[in-house]
Amino acid sequence: MDSTDFWTTEHVCLGGKRRTGLGTATEAKRTPTRWETTLVSKRTALAGLALTKRPNPTVSSLSLSLSLSLSLSLSLSMATNNHVLLSKMAMNNGHGEDSPYFDGWKAYDANPYHPTENTEGVIQMGLAENQLCVDLLEDWIKRNPQASICTADGVSEFQDIALYQDYHGLPEFRNAVANFMGKVRGGRVRFDPDRIVMSGGATGAHELMSFCLADPGDAFLVPTPYYPGFDRDLRWRTGMQLLPVICNSSNDFKITKVALESAYAKAQEANIKVKGVLVTNPSNPLGTMLDKETLISLVSFINEKNIHLICDEIYAATVFNQPTFISISEIVEQDPNCNLNLIHVVYSLSKDMGLPGFRVGIVYSYNDAVVSCGRKMSSFGLVSTQTQHLIAAMLSDDEFVNMFIAESGKRIAARHKIFTCGLAQVGIGCLKSNAGLFCWMDLRPLLKESTIDGEMALWRTIIDRVKLNVSPGSSFHCSEPGWFRVCFANMDDKTMRVAIERIRAFVFESKEVEVEVPSKKRRWQTSLRLSFSSRRLDDVTMTPRGMSPHCAMSPHSPLVRAAT
Amino acid sequence: MKQQHQMLSKKATCNSHGQDSSYFLGWQEYEKNPYDESTNPNGIIQMGLAENQLSFDLIESWLAHNPDTVGLKRDDVSVFRELALFQDYHGMPCFKNALAKFMSEIRGNKVRFDPKNLVLTAGATSANETLMFCLAEPGEAFLLPIPYYPGFDRDLKWRTGVEIVPIHCSSSKGFQITETALEEAYRCAQKRKLKVKGVLITNPSNPLGTTTSRTELDLLLRFISAKGIHLISDEIYSGTVFTSPSFISIAEALMELKDSEKVRDRVHIVYSLSKDLGLPGFRVGAIYSDNGAVVAAATKMSSFGLVSSHTQYLLSELLSDKKFTSNYIAENRKRLQERHNMLVTGLRNAGIGTLTSNAGLFCWVDMRHLLCSKTFEGEMKLWKKILFEVGLNISPGSSCHCTEPGWFRMCFANMTQETLTLSMQRLRAFVDSADQTPTCRNLIGGSKKLSLSSRVFRLLSSNREVEPER
Repeated sequence: MDSTDFWTTEHVCLGGKRRTGLGTATEAKRTPTRWETTLVSKRTALAGLALTKRPNPTVSSLSLSLSLSLSLSLSLSMATNNHVLLSKMAMNNGHGEDSPYFDGWKAYDANPYHPTENTEGVIQMGLAENQLCVDLLEDWIKRNPQASICTADGVSEFQDIALYQDYHGLPEFRNAVANFMGKVRGGRVRFDPDRIVMSGGATGAHELMSFCLADPGDAFLVPTPYYPGFDRDLRWRTGMQLLPVICNSSNDFKITKVALESAYAKAQEANIKVKGVLVTNPSNPLGTMLDKETLISLVSFINEKNIHLICDEIYAATVFNQPTFISISEIVEQDPNCNLNLIHVVYSLSKDMGLPGFRVGIVYSYNDAVVSCGRKMSSFGLVSTQTQHLIAAMLSDDEFVNMFIAESGKRIAARHKIFTCGLAQVGIGCLKSNAGLFCWMDLRPLLKESTIDGEMALWRTIIDRVKLNVSPGSSFHCSEPGWFRVCFANMDDKTMRVAIERIRAFVFESKEVEVEVPSKKRRWQTSLRLSFSSRRLDDVTMTPRGMSPHCAMSPHSPLVRAAT
Repeated sequence: MKQQHQMLSKKATCNSHGQDSSYFLGWQEYEKNPYDESTNPNGIIQMGLAENQLSFDLIESWLAHNPDTVGLKRDDVSVFRELALFQDYHGMPCFKNALAKFMSEIRGNKVRFDPKNLVLTAGATSANETLMFCLAEPGEAFLLPIPYYPGFDRDLKWRTGVEIVPIHCSSSKGFQITETALEEAYRCAQKRKLKVKGVLITNPSNPLGTTTSRTELDLLLRFISAKGIHLISDEIYSGTVFTSPSFISIAEALMELKDSEKVRDRVHIVYSLSKDLGLPGFRVGAIYSDNGAVVAAATKMSSFGLVSSHTQYLLSELLSDKKFTSNYIAENRKRLQERHNMLVTGLRNAGIGTLTSNAGLFCWVDMRHLLCSKTFEGEMKLWKKILFEVGLNISPGSSCHCTEPGWFRMCFANMTQETLTLSMQRLRAFVDSADQTPTCRNLIGGSKKLSLSSRVFRLLSSNREVEPER
């Protein structure tokens, strides 16, 4: 299997299809309960609301039966026809959604966890969503009703906003976003509103960059592990390639010059034209930041080769601990030898503000030609002016923005601490990190064999039996088996505690299994009951050292540092 | 600069987005000197913008009566959290339901649309590009009747590498699509070694303002059936049909077609709320297709340009209000008709005719008799004269790839009634003065102006493919 063909659907959620596809007979009968509206995926919640408000099962089922009979009669001819009729792009798997990695999402969608209604359900930890500060945004909206453009105060603006379709974006929107980007970077850099190019989320921004910078067949180098969605975003419709820059746990997955050179040389051997390097800073999935030396070395590398550098900084405001975040902008603006035409930043409000639904993506390029071309391309994914207007008002409120950034950092830090400490108590480590909405969890000691297959086997166990949807490292093209990305900001505190308890119970049980070699099935069933017995779990957490030798912590292991 | 070109992609450095087109000159001039009743009464009046500003008051009044929606609340509970986090590319079911019903309502409820077959996109721009990505390989072709919307060169060709082959429609047949023209276009593509993957029409037509007749629709369906190709019907102006003959959607023609099963999975509709509701800023476009594979692929592609959940929510509430939609549709048509009549009458008073039309936010205006030479050079001369001297920014037919010089698209719904009246007065004064000085040289004016105009023309003739964003 081509493991590159997978993405974790952060920018766009899959799943929930069965429930969101309105008009299915089963759905019409479903009465959404309160917990569904808050805890099942957002999309389902909205479907539910729509149904409670305007149920129309008759029409829905009618159209369903019509389309069913149609599709039945058509399905045969279509299956054979479409391969001839449609483009290769439409029929291939470049979008990556047919990957086995989606099984985790399917498992979650089929059986979502709820604290009282479905305590045995799967907990979603594969979704890098920031739900920790929605209350702050809600509060602001309440206090600023005019921002919605349609209140009595704001109605006069409605026509202007609704008609505005200049692809440069509303001036107040660009100003506010540029200002926000500067604030998030501690005010150490300023962003020019005239260089802000809009796109349909970071997804659209990356594809736009790809169209602007590369011809089909050209390549970008990407340090591993990397966000799987890049395979779709940068490659699918553009025909370009992504080549891995192999990074290892031995130096905390740092991007080294040696690794960059080696990836570049490999591409040259294969006669592939390298057009640039793409990094995420802070890193998704690692949750770490690039340090100054790495950034400088990257800049010198791309200048030597005369290739582009795309810095995806969509997690910039999630940095919750020292050291402070260093944007590529800070480096290049102080480097007189850097060719600024090669530097491009991708930004978004999906993670930093927790507004993925609003589809605000930004390309910030220092290259005039890219700004100009990107603007024209942004016609294919402009941000709704209604949304631009709201965002402009919100981000122009300096007092609010300062409070939000500070409070958001605090809350992410607190959540991160609860999670990593909970894991450390049972000897599970995470790569030391200070940013992001996730941890890079080290389960290498739990692998039966240190291979991708071993990782997949462990992953399936975690999904099917521990009932957590986490993302295996192989889906991020990680070169070492045994790492998993676990998201911690898309749930409430209680759910987080349950998740930690489940992991603890699982680890505890795994160790016992290895020591005692009992019947696996029975042992598991025991532990499943265990996972809800907090007393036993407390015992477990108090005695981490009493476990299998696998858990012994080496001073080199990230496990040790994770607890700090 | 040369190095720059090597470092960027060919797409970034080529001009197939069409926006370096000299045609932008009209827009630039307008922006430098825009008409304003009180502050700049001699400025240029924008008649190149197909925007519907006639019925905003109806939406505004709805908003005033629905404070919950406006405050992002439902039953007094905030929906903000759900909106902020909503990112399913299938779109909000409540919005898709409402949109599907609205589409039916506009088509007189003669056809029903299944929300499951609807893909949301960031405007029709993105919908059309997405369909190209789904249906054709780079280097394959779509046939388009000319004149066509200049933006198609960007939307259909630029990033996809798809080619457009024109179907020649002539004024002698009221620019209708004929079997001969279709076959000829197909042969022409074959001669160019282009594999034809489909036909794309706009119905109602932009720039003609006419609806496609039943005869044409049946012809098109027969044609795509015989050739085994696709048909895309861009129906973004379907709500602007203000008089008979009534609008027939391709969905309706398909429903009544014998053996429709054979072509059903090859017919795709593009829709948008930019024109029918006058909300271009909100970027709501859609693809409707009975082909499951197209819906699946297009849905995945929609990740690159989703509709903001914030906007989906507002519009789902608006469009779910049946009282509002039925009133809006009827009232909007009435106002468009009035405005259309004003333009046609004003032009007639100036001795200018139009193609008889029943839809759209514009008329296809016949100024062939005002040309000093029946060439595109002559058309450009007249166009820039209307721009610089009459002070009207209109769209020359050549920008829509029209093969007959002398036709212009004039928009009538993006201004007040008073402004439209003024534009007609200006045009009439111009024609009257031109009548008194009938030779070309005199029409163009003094030598100083001539040199300006030839400079302009050089710019214009280099590439007159594409009209601006708006």
